[in-house]
Amino acid sequence: MKYSAPTKQGYFGKYGGKFVPEILIPALEELEVAYKEADNDPLFQKQYHDLLEEYVGRPTKLTYADRLTEHYGRAKIYLKREDLCHTGAHKINNAIGQLLLARKMGKSRIIAETGAGQHGVATATACAKFGFECVIYMGAEDMERQKLNVERMKLLGAEVREVTSGSQTLKDATNEAIRDWVTNVDDTFYIIGSVVGPHPYPMMTRNFHRVIGEETKKQLKISEGRTPDYLLACVGGGSNAIGFFYPFIDDTNVKMIGIEAAGLGADTNQTAATLTIGTPGVLHGSLSYLLHNNEGQVQLAHSISAGLDYPGIGPEHSHLHDTKRVYYYGVTDQQAMEAVQLISKKEGIIPAIETAHALAYLETLMPLTQKDQIVVVNFSGRGDKDMRTISDWFFSRKNG
Amino acid sequence: MNKQTKKKQSSRIRSVFQWRKKDEKVMSLFLTAGYPELGATAELILGLEKSGAEMIELGMPFSDPLADGPTIQYASNVAIENGITMDKIFGMVQEVRKSSQIPIILMGYINPVLRYGIEPFCEKAAQSGVDGLIIPDAPIEESSMLARSARANNLDLIYLVAPNSTDGRMKRIDEHSSGFVYCVSVTGVTGARQGDEVARSVDRFIGRVNKNVIKNPKMVGFGIKNHEDAKIISKKVDGFIVGSALIDSIRSFYPNNEWKRNVFTFVKDLKYGDHQKHKE
Repeated sequence: MKYSAPTKQGYFGKYGGKFVPEILIPALEELEVAYKEADNDPLFQKQYHDLLEEYVGRPTKLTYADRLTEHYGRAKIYLKREDLCHTGAHKINNAIGQLLLARKMGKSRIIAETGAGQHGVATATACAKFGFECVIYMGAEDMERQKLNVERMKLLGAEVREVTSGSQTLKDATNEAIRDWVTNVDDTFYIIGSVVGPHPYPMMTRNFHRVIGEETKKQLKISEGRTPDYLLACVGGGSNAIGFFYPFIDDTNVKMIGIEAAGLGADTNQTAATLTIGTPGVLHGSLSYLLHNNEGQVQLAHSISAGLDYPGIGPEHSHLHDTKRVYYYGVTDQQAMEAVQLISKKEGIIPAIETAHALAYLETLMPLTQKDQIVVVNFSGRGDKDMRTISDWFFSRKNG
Repeated sequence: MNKQTKKKQSSRIRSVFQWRKKDEKVMSLFLTAGYPELGATAELILGLEKSGAEMIELGMPFSDPLADGPTIQYASNVAIENGITMDKIFGMVQEVRKSSQIPIILMGYINPVLRYGIEPFCEKAAQSGVDGLIIPDAPIEESSMLARSARANNLDLIYLVAPNSTDGRMKRIDEHSSGFVYCVSVTGVTGARQGDEVARSVDRFIGRVNKNVIKNPKMVGFGIKNHEDAKIISKKVDGFIVGSALIDSIRSFYPNNEWKRNVFTFVKDLKYGDHQKHKE
């Protein structure tokens, strides 16, 4: 049976929905109508794809990782190079798409939340390109560990608002962005940075990223003449992973693996491994797996990667997890940082720490593969923004 | 609809509206359970009733209150740090029920309710003496299970209408609601506002509400901070709701010796206005 989700009500299996205050219902309905129109409008699609080509730099390359392949001595490893997108990560695909939609809907003000700062930078970039007022909410802790991205957003003309409530990370930045939206719902468009939030956001964001998987499919067909055996991607909210997986969902011979951030370990309370240890709950407008205690209070996630440091996950991933179409595993801070080092040395590409989580799983996966198989890793972002965290990590270990 | 109304026992919420004096507005107060202390909630409710409150909305604290402003965020955090749990909230209601019949409505986010389990939650709430529920992030399309369970346990389920709700939507919300309909006076999060900010836009909204919400009584809330606001804003509805301004008042007096008395004075002023406070 062909995969088709979400339902009209915004459900992926039993996950998703629109758990928002009444004030946002008209805004979501308006968005749904506008998005449906845009999705079927050849002119809108052409504008979007032209921008991806001329401004973002798509299609991104599919690079054969020969030295990494040799290192493991098993299946061939390819890297889908989203790090080569303008601004350094996949996030811009969605930011451009949603901004075009905001313009079409006549909204004048853009808000967004950001964790690692990549979505914030992508949104600020798109706003600069189109001349929109832009406010980015970012947790105080994330502003500290992603200073470079804060400076980039400011240079691009965005106002970065520091969020000091709760854990001072992505979860709380999202709360603040939603509060802003509730208050300024008439003229403001909220560009959500992942496949989370109320319907139609998870569907819309996925569709603006599906270009990743579509290109991969075409490129691999040309270089290898076939579909891959394994797809590997990191998952925080899960936007790069779903954009990569979605075009392959009906290809049942393609095995798909999503990697969550286990932090200090999924068996500790310092983790962001939502699917591994979470249970269904509602956060930020949709029902999905969630890290929360017996009273339904959301727990603080932990990951060295600001982009994966989130106690929830997109509802479609929860569905793909339950139906076992995608398998999800955790990778610790330690394993991810080792992968940063290995990939930098073997391939000459410094991965974002988020991306390094997916790469770290090669240690587990590769011994199980055969030489005639193909693994494609979604190289979701580059690591320049993480240089301080990376050098602190290796410096303190050397001295500790 | 009529069948259901008949089957239902006469509710404490409904009788407040039935027995209200023609020119008097129903005053409902929102209080975060477990704030400022776990032990203070039941006593506060009884004192608020004596000071003029006719209904209580008891807030179930949540870690991520995304429809609330800084005041209720703060109170929720304190309550969670104090160790509030759903069972403790039920215990507080039981405590109040020993000596009071004031309608109590539990108000909060859907996640703690889901985690408790919708059916056990509704059963336990009803057994404890709760009269109704307000779950702002469970709009009508997401609350069919909750509605079923609430009805089975004779709990009123109160939905909200907002200034940007269409006429058709207001009608549907009225149809789904029981007890009353909560009219959110301004778009935005909860929190006390400058009076004119609320009054400016509220007239047209209330006009639309009165045209579309015909089955249920109407209570207006969000942004009311004193008697004058309340008087103006609730002129054409059945009553008003104050939350953040009450929490702000508690926050300003707690933990001084006389904090409760000062809070109750604030509530009397809210209900009767400054100049009448020595009347009783």
